[in-house]
Amino acid sequence: MKLLVPVKRVVDYNVKVRVKADGTGVETANVKMSMNPFDEIGVEEAVRLKEKGVATEIVAVSCGPAACAEQIRTALAMGADRGILVEHDGVLEPLAVAKLLKALVAKESPDLVILGKQAIDDDMNATGQMLAALLGWAQGTYASKIEAADGGLLVTREVDGGLERIQLKLPAIVTTDLRLNEPRYASLPNIMKARKKPIENVKPADLGVDVTPRLTVLKVAEPPTRQAGKKVASVAELVDKLRNEAKVI
Amino acid sequence: MGFSRTAEQQEIREQTLRICADFGDDYWLRKDREGTFPEEFFRAMADGGWLGVAMPQEYGGAGLGITEASVMMQAVAESGACMSGASAIHMNIFGLNPVVVFGTEAQKRRMLPPLIAGADKACFGVTEPNVGLNTTELKTRAERVGDRYVVNGQKMWISTAQVATKILLLARTTPLDQVRKKTDGLSLFYTTLDRSKVEIRLIEKMGRHAVDSNMLFFDGLEIPEEDRIGEEGKGFRYILHGMNPERILIAAEAVGIGRAALAKASNYAKERIVFGRPIGQNQGIQHPLARCWAHLEAADLMTFKAAELYDQGQECGAEANAAKYLAGEAGFTAAETAVMTHGGMGYAQEYHVERYLRESLIPRIAPVSRELILSHIAERVLGLAKSY
Repeated sequence: MKLLVPVKRVVDYNVKVRVKADGTGVETANVKMSMNPFDEIGVEEAVRLKEKGVATEIVAVSCGPAACAEQIRTALAMGADRGILVEHDGVLEPLAVAKLLKALVAKESPDLVILGKQAIDDDMNATGQMLAALLGWAQGTYASKIEAADGGLLVTREVDGGLERIQLKLPAIVTTDLRLNEPRYASLPNIMKARKKPIENVKPADLGVDVTPRLTVLKVAEPPTRQAGKKVASVAELVDKLRNEAKVI
Repeated sequence: MGFSRTAEQQEIREQTLRICADFGDDYWLRKDREGTFPEEFFRAMADGGWLGVAMPQEYGGAGLGITEASVMMQAVAESGACMSGASAIHMNIFGLNPVVVFGTEAQKRRMLPPLIAGADKACFGVTEPNVGLNTTELKTRAERVGDRYVVNGQKMWISTAQVATKILLLARTTPLDQVRKKTDGLSLFYTTLDRSKVEIRLIEKMGRHAVDSNMLFFDGLEIPEEDRIGEEGKGFRYILHGMNPERILIAAEAVGIGRAALAKASNYAKERIVFGRPIGQNQGIQHPLARCWAHLEAADLMTFKAAELYDQGQECGAEANAAKYLAGEAGFTAAETAVMTHGGMGYAQEYHVERYLRESLIPRIAPVSRELILSHIAERVLGLAKSY
């Protein structure tokens, strides 16, 4: 089984993001960037499938500026076999990324694409589903467990109110949830090996994809500062405040 | 000379910090209080292949330079592990360089892989009581008896001997009065630390309680000839070979401690409100911290200049010594300033900076004093008469 694993370059989850002064987005200059944590879970799952003998090859893909090669290198150090960088400076919306990935799927013919359920920068939660729709493939989103079964996949999904198990036919799309696995740290020998693994560089135009943004960002603003809470002395006072002050009961 | 790290060096830093993030300040505080070896941390670094960073690839290492090893060790210290983390793995990182350079192929195959894998822990047995930095006066004697050597004598300040399985030992094989040059007659061994023939006594000390320092008493330790590194009588020269890298690594670690302290202090200065505003708004707090940053970064530049010279095979004695000196002072001053910035809280263990301060004194003192570094630079760089 051949796997395609997209990895997105995002602001590191430890960084406290700041809105740009002009309100067009968040500050990314001189900010630590990392691989989207859900994508890291995707890479880890792919590597585990390879270690189990289910997968034969893992191709890591990143769409964005040249610096995305760093995230591909990290994926290679974790155990992916080779990388593809779809280089584009500027905004890439989920639909554009889904179309780029669709073009790469046509080129690479993977049996399974494992994506993060969402990226922690814009929290769109869309690319996986869009890719499944564009390809007409089965999809198992919010996966917390993936097992190979009957030539397909048995995916446990985290849904509201519990877990859902679905059987997918291949080829398929899976998006990862937090509890699927705990990604490994790249070992030093594997970081060294990753240097020798190839990264292919392509442009959206090479794949015949128009990535022009369809959405217009009106304004990016800090969320309002949360007001301090109030302490109440008794249940009666709480009920009174909920009824007369907050007017929620 | 490049002022910025390569992508690979940044990756090494990032990944090291990730591993270290699993061993936070509370872990190190607990280890310091218990005085127990940080086995879990040691294991994590060994399992990730990090101990072999500067060891040759054919024996399981990564074959990188002292620059990369310094990046990694600095990240370890900077994570808050300070010298407790650095000293726990120091010997595995570069201690066996004499074996790499002067050992036989069979010795390398036998000695290096277990050390890189973390199956062996080694200690460095050079310094002795009453000798100080005058290494040629070493008293410990290794007497040849047939195909073995029998060792008697004492060693002092031997780190990790409580947990070590091996020792890299420098001992006199030809008495001082029978050699042509004082630097002759010392031999180097890498051998099993047989506790039935070596008494290991813990030295109670100021800080870094997680990693033990010891007095060693050798009473007839037998060393087979195949554990001797290189030629008999040339051990002093072999040891010299590793001195500059050791200084560079210690310098990188000292800068790491300073950065850890500075981060804690800046954070506290932002959050601590007195007289209705953060104390960090006062220049009396700001300027000492800013000065620490400037000194740390300057020391860091000297450290990586020395590392680059070493990796290029160039002479780096003055730079390695200067880096050790500058970084030792800058790291200590940053730790002290961090304690003072915290005021009374700086003296409390839960704020961690007092631990940083205690450990920052190690790179200031070891492996060579400030004074001897200055004497070295005065003599070798400035051409002044030797003073000692």
